[in-house]
Amino acid sequence: MVAVAVPRRQIPRKALIVGGIVLAWLVLWLVFRNVGTLALDASELTPLHRWINSVNDAVGASRNSNPVFLYFFNEIRLVIDEFVTFVQALIAQPSFGRPVPVIGWLGVVAIAGFVSLAVAGWRVALLAVAGFVFLGLQGLWQESMDTLSLTLAAVVIALLFGIPLGIWAGLSDRANRIMTPVLDFMQTMPTFVYLAPLTLFFLIGPASATIATLIYAAPPAIRITAHAIRSVPHNTVEASESLGATRKQTLLKVLLPSARKTIVLGVNQTIMAALSMVTIAALIDAPGLGKTVVKALQTLDVGTAFNAGLAIVVLAIVLDRVTTAATERRSLPRWAFFGGFGVTGVAVYFSYTYLWAAEFPSEVEIGSSIRKGATAVTEWVQDSLPVITNGFKDFVTSVLINPLQALLAESPWFLVALVIVALSFLIGGVRAAVVSAACLGVLVATGLWQDAMITLASTLVATILVMILGVVVGVWMGRSRRADRFIRPILDAGQVMPAFVYLVPILALFSATRFTAIIAAVVFAAPVAIKIIADGIRAVSPATVEASTALGSSSWQTIVKVQLPMARRALTLAANQGLIYVLSMVVVGGLVGAGALGYDVVAGFSQGQLYGKGLAAGVAIVVLGVMLDRLTQAAAKRWTN
Amino acid sequence: MARHSVLGAVLVGALALAGCGGAKVGDSSSGAAGDCGTFNLAVNPWVGYEANAAVLAYVAEKELKCKVTKKELKEEVAWQGFGTGEVDAVVENWGHDDLRKKYIDEQKTAVSAGSTGVKGQIGWYVPPWLAKEHPDVLDWNNLNKYADQFKTSESGDKGQLLDGDPSFVTNDEALVKNLNLNYKVVYGGSETALIQAFRQAEKDKKWVIGYFYSPQWLLNEIKLEKVKLPEYKPGCDADAEKVACDYPDYDLDKIVSKKFADANGPAYQLVKNFKWTNEDQNTVAKYIAEDKMKPEDAAKKWVEANGDKVKAWLAKA
Amino acid sequence: MCAVRNKQSRNGRRNRSEWFGVDPVISVGNLWKVFGSNASQVVASDELKSLSRQELMDRTGAVAAVRGVDFDVAPGEMFVVMGLSGSGKSTLVRCLTRLVEPTAGTIMFEGENILEADAKRLRDLRRNKFSMVFQHFGLLPHRTVADNVGYGLEIRGVPRAKRGERSQEVIDLVGLTGYEKSYPDQLSGGMQQRVGLARALAGDPDVLFFDEPFSALDPLIRRDMQSEVIRLHREVGKTMVFITHDLSEALKLGDRILIMRDGQVVQVGTGDELVGAPADDYVRDFVKDVPRSHVLTLKWIMRPPRPDDELDGPELSPETVVREAVRSVLGADKPVKVVRDGELLGVVADEEILGVVAGEV
Ligand SMILES: Nc1ncnc2c1ncn2[C@@H]1O[C@H](COP(=O)(O)OP(=O)(O)O)[C@@H](O)[C@H]1O
Ligand SMILES: [Mg+2]
Repeated sequence: MVAVAVPRRQIPRKALIVGGIVLAWLVLWLVFRNVGTLALDASELTPLHRWINSVNDAVGASRNSNPVFLYFFNEIRLVIDEFVTFVQALIAQPSFGRPVPVIGWLGVVAIAGFVSLAVAGWRVALLAVAGFVFLGLQGLWQESMDTLSLTLAAVVIALLFGIPLGIWAGLSDRANRIMTPVLDFMQTMPTFVYLAPLTLFFLIGPASATIATLIYAAPPAIRITAHAIRSVPHNTVEASESLGATRKQTLLKVLLPSARKTIVLGVNQTIMAALSMVTIAALIDAPGLGKTVVKALQTLDVGTAFNAGLAIVVLAIVLDRVTTAATERRSLPRWAFFGGFGVTGVAVYFSYTYLWAAEFPSEVEIGSSIRKGATAVTEWVQDSLPVITNGFKDFVTSVLINPLQALLAESPWFLVALVIVALSFLIGGVRAAVVSAACLGVLVATGLWQDAMITLASTLVATILVMILGVVVGVWMGRSRRADRFIRPILDAGQVMPAFVYLVPILALFSATRFTAIIAAVVFAAPVAIKIIADGIRAVSPATVEASTALGSSSWQTIVKVQLPMARRALTLAANQGLIYVLSMVVVGGLVGAGALGYDVVAGFSQGQLYGKGLAAGVAIVVLGVMLDRLTQAAAKRWTN
Repeated sequence: MARHSVLGAVLVGALALAGCGGAKVGDSSSGAAGDCGTFNLAVNPWVGYEANAAVLAYVAEKELKCKVTKKELKEEVAWQGFGTGEVDAVVENWGHDDLRKKYIDEQKTAVSAGSTGVKGQIGWYVPPWLAKEHPDVLDWNNLNKYADQFKTSESGDKGQLLDGDPSFVTNDEALVKNLNLNYKVVYGGSETALIQAFRQAEKDKKWVIGYFYSPQWLLNEIKLEKVKLPEYKPGCDADAEKVACDYPDYDLDKIVSKKFADANGPAYQLVKNFKWTNEDQNTVAKYIAEDKMKPEDAAKKWVEANGDKVKAWLAKA
Repeated sequence: MCAVRNKQSRNGRRNRSEWFGVDPVISVGNLWKVFGSNASQVVASDELKSLSRQELMDRTGAVAAVRGVDFDVAPGEMFVVMGLSGSGKSTLVRCLTRLVEPTAGTIMFEGENILEADAKRLRDLRRNKFSMVFQHFGLLPHRTVADNVGYGLEIRGVPRAKRGERSQEVIDLVGLTGYEKSYPDQLSGGMQQRVGLARALAGDPDVLFFDEPFSALDPLIRRDMQSEVIRLHREVGKTMVFITHDLSEALKLGDRILIMRDGQVVQVGTGDELVGAPADDYVRDFVKDVPRSHVLTLKWIMRPPRPDDELDGPELSPETVVREAVRSVLGADKPVKVVRDGELLGVVADEEILGVVAGEV
């Protein structure tokens, strides 16, 4: 208790300064409103944007003559294309002059079951078999296999590069320092921004889609591998050295095996990231479920989109459970291994030879019921909820979004910049102030200052909502096992269900508004924050909670005075991650009325002459991300120490 | 151990027995490609386009025995594909003067293959209930009168003009300014957002005015009414900043890759001759969007009912 | 009980003079370890070297973990380094195998200055000459007990079959028979440390280093493990350097004990020397709560015979621990004579014994 009370006592002086700054800002805002806001119309361009356009055009024009293309990009493309096509030929696409893939559904189901059995045990194997059969029943066998092929290809390549890079970053501080910002960049850069140029370099189709997926999916593998290597207990490494091991021996026999569990978690994250990317890659003709979702969206066919989205969720759950379970040590009895191997072999042979095992029977299917059900639910929601939701929307818009946006976007840019740098200094000292100043400088240079401020306002509001949800639901889950068991799978599904699927009903509820974009971001970001907070609450030592209860605290007092303060680290982490996730939805927000940076990126992807502006907007999003990330981390450090 | 192996053997045997029945892969002959070869057809993401593509693909496959590969792409990306040889044809092009300039005039990787016969219109639309109750809203001169009604949480104290399928160039900001309208352009950001807005507006009798276009499958479901803007005269949209007139009518055309045109194969002939009407396209689009038919089935249905039109496309081939 | 008697006998076997009669296995001279970017400047400056740890920290930001340490370790000796947490023990013992690179000084190992060994030679030394047991075990969680024990041999390239044989030998030696296939996380702390011990013994090193190996264990288990080490020491007769922060452990195990404070040596000596003749108040304070009758030998409490003493009582050796002598002294009605090699060194009577025993209460 004392520990909680002491930092509180110290805040007021700083709070006074912050209050002073904000007050000064408000006064100056009244005076200088709408002066120097660096506004730019939707179709207006800056010289920088035009310059990027011309570079883009030049690259496109020279692709058949430039040796860099002929001998570098083309080669890469060929290799990746071959690889993806090969995997597709195995399980997804008619190939080698056959009307069906080499391995039909029965074989794939058997392989999935056997691999799961070998690495993850009976229960997960059952889940895998059930999951894959379900995909067939949904009437989406081929689409699912295309998605799986693409995901697997991207994951294999991501790991091929990611794990060695991760090891390097784990061993060398310098490599780590260089890689971290690059990875940040890769992860926060909106995919839309590099989707179009990728097709310039690698043409349309699986290769580009794989590379796009790769860019997004490799960072977790690199990061987590590096982290895993770094967190191998020093004494284990020392023990190995004390026995005279060489560096290589220590790496191969100590570091890698000890880090294996964590590295597998990295693989898991990479697979999840890849899966969440395949919907977006559908925009450049990536085959599979993503395409079904995107196409269904054209006619607002929520049923079909949901059915395909559900297939992605099922794939994600199976892959997640298998890789998670693979971190456990287990050994399969010999007979089960060879028995499973035999059965799988026979199943693969059948699926190669007989039509019934090659093509999923279309007589049994549940896809149409799922589609109808989802459509019915959506229609009900769209018809009956707007009465309530409109009020909520208007309330949040007028109380939170509009004032914040007015303050950020209608103040002169130098005033906002000054305020942000000053606040950064208060939070994180000189370093933070310098980082913020640099980021703000880049924002001005992109020519999209006002759009960036509008996006910033929405981002902050979304993060606030995420944190409110996170604390409420997270505390509930952290305190009740039953709630946890019930809610967690929903959160998992929420994280992998492609955003495109729920955009339509949300649009129906809230129209094309900034608020809709905020809700989409909250839906995407809240699960992460909730999980982190729930885990943080659960990790609070039961002894402390017991002591508090013994002193006669009510549940409320225990939550507010013990559990939340002690879960501070989790709270700050949740805020940080929440922010990053919200930012990664800025572009999707652009599709449903957010305007500003999100729309700039979307329009840049769609219209050639806005390409440069879209890229600049992408950079602006990354820069916002870097700034907010560093600030929240600095704040977290201050607050948790 | 031994017992388990026996079990495994039995299991394998049983499976083998079960498998003995049934047709083998390869029993039925797979359709071989004719002399037409492969036809790479870009499919841009709107239903009207898909109707064109579905019918063309169906005819190319059934009549010309081509191997048709459909590639789902955004316009810009599809045009890029001409140069790389990955796309042979785009079969509904809305103007896109910028792309024409870049790929037809400068890079010379694409050529036009003539009109599709479909007329495209871009403009400001309102839901039918509104046009009926307040017919004068269809004249731009009266828009300021209704600005208050069109206010939303996004437009502040002005009326909202909902814009923003990001694929199209719009003049709307300039129009609002130059026509002195008390409106604010709000970017919905996707076709989906626009459609959803109009649907809800018609259902709940809400006030919505927004950028839209015809032909579009939604117009089969809801007859949106176009608002009259100052008439388009050639050249009135020359300066993007000073535009104060309506959008021009588009003669939607077909663009093909230079290579494809030069090879002059049957598929190219088909594309060149392909021509139909707004009604035709709307019919097929309705099959796909509303009746949820597969594009192949929709095309089949239309082709079977319109044999003479199809014959005309094939006649000169 | 048993342990004490063992130690008693070892003490009896070897006395101080013997340690200096043979060449030391390890000889450490003026060893310095300073952490910090400016470490070499610190040891180059006599002025900085003379500062206390705190002053040095304040002035340069460097931490002097080991400051000018000298000592020798005799072959077969159990040499204990003792000090409070933070006194530099771990750093010192790591310097001896260069797991931590010393800043200055010499470390002679069997006549070779190991600070001059190149990487390869150092590896050879670590593989063949010395090995270490760690406070937190440092076991490989993904390997079975047998594979953990064989790890050092594997690194040396010993073939699998031979490795298995040798692993089994040491596993039996440390009493882990039957657990070969277990994984570390399936074992208790004490058992895990037995694995650590076996791993260190597997390579048949000349010297074993222990860094607080039992600090993380429960008291009962700790006592078992101490006995185990004493048994091993007797059976395999290896030189051992043992780090601990626990005085009773030091007294129980150590032939000689080095007391460290703030990186410096305060005193080196046998247990009874430390208790009987503490070098300064720091050591005196340290040993104040030690049950002196368990540690002190008669030579520390005997007095010269007085004229009125009757010198025909029983005889005892000067190395006899007081506690063991209590019965004889109190039972005899005359003072007990302390005799070595027939020479009378002094006498011990009831009041001397009672002085020691009473002081403990
Ligand atoms: N790697 C290091 N870097 C900086 N200071 C260290 C490092 N290792 C130990 N120290 C410092 O050296 C001093 C001695 O530490 P250590 O040898 O671990 O003591 P002990 O083992 O006796 O507890 C301590 O003040 C400790 O903080
Ligand atoms: Mg230590």
